[in-house]
Amino acid sequence: MKKEIVKQAFIKTIPVMAGYLVLGVGFGVLLAKIGYGPLYAILMSVTIYAGSMQYVAISLIDSAASLISVAITTLLVNGRHLFYGLSMLEKYQNIKRKPYLIFGMTDETYSLLCQEESKEEDYYFYITIFNHCYWIIGCLTGNLIGTLIPFNSAGIEFSMTALFVAIVVEQWLTTKDHLPAILGFVSAIVCLILFGPEHFLIPAMLAIMVLLIVIRKGGNENE
Amino acid sequence: MKMNNYFPLLQIITISLVTMLVRFSPFLIFNKQEKLPDIISYLGKVLPTAIMAMLVVYCLKDVNITIFPYGLKELIAVLVVAMLHIYKRNTLLSIVCGTIFYMLLIQLF
Repeated sequence: MKKEIVKQAFIKTIPVMAGYLVLGVGFGVLLAKIGYGPLYAILMSVTIYAGSMQYVAISLIDSAASLISVAITTLLVNGRHLFYGLSMLEKYQNIKRKPYLIFGMTDETYSLLCQEESKEEDYYFYITIFNHCYWIIGCLTGNLIGTLIPFNSAGIEFSMTALFVAIVVEQWLTTKDHLPAILGFVSAIVCLILFGPEHFLIPAMLAIMVLLIVIRKGGNENE
Repeated sequence: MKMNNYFPLLQIITISLVTMLVRFSPFLIFNKQEKLPDIISYLGKVLPTAIMAMLVVYCLKDVNITIFPYGLKELIAVLVVAMLHIYKRNTLLSIVCGTIFYMLLIQLF
């Protein structure tokens, strides 16, 4: 019985395994490039466990960004997870291992779990922990390869861009209302031009929030 | 190596704690809540899409479009990912092929 659930969860996570290994390796290589070894790769993949944020963290660490700006950047990059939690409130009620499930709710884990109707707690748990393991293995492998085997990794950071482009395209194809995506894109570009690459995330995020609220009031309640 | 410096550790702890704060706060705020405020569920619906689009721009923020090759390599690689994804609808395939394509593009030309 339990074996069946583990197997089911494993099959479900195979696409994420592949994605996490690629993205994790990319992260590990970049981390090695700025001079941090396997201990840091393990520490970050275990305790942070947020793909995009770990990529951003590399530049924060490399530039010795202040703890305040590290905190604000994290808030901005991971702020979207707030809304994932909102839709899982009911599903995660009365679950013993809830703290770990919430801790491990990345974009990919969320995307697997939010589609499920009501499943057993074990199922949620195994999906979450399988994904976490893939991520740790990916980050560590990339970090070791990046340190030991000299290969030209120039451009591997594009895997990150590719991930978001694929997500945006996927969302575009599956939703009818394209205004939020267009808004996010245009706000980001305008703020990038106005504030420059180092400081545009906060104003862009604020602009997006305000504009989304404005179009909701202006429009016909969106649906 | 910068191993003898503890500041990165503090940075990592900060990131970890803030990430947890973000992930846990809905559960702390709305624990056993009746109905969510309209504005929250509305933002929960539309914000992720807008943010993903913003993150694409964020990834490309350091591309200089004023000097040769004017960000063309990035543009082409993004188009490859997008077209491949429209055609195959396989996220992993789009990421892997797009990344290899981009790596070849900047290493060979």
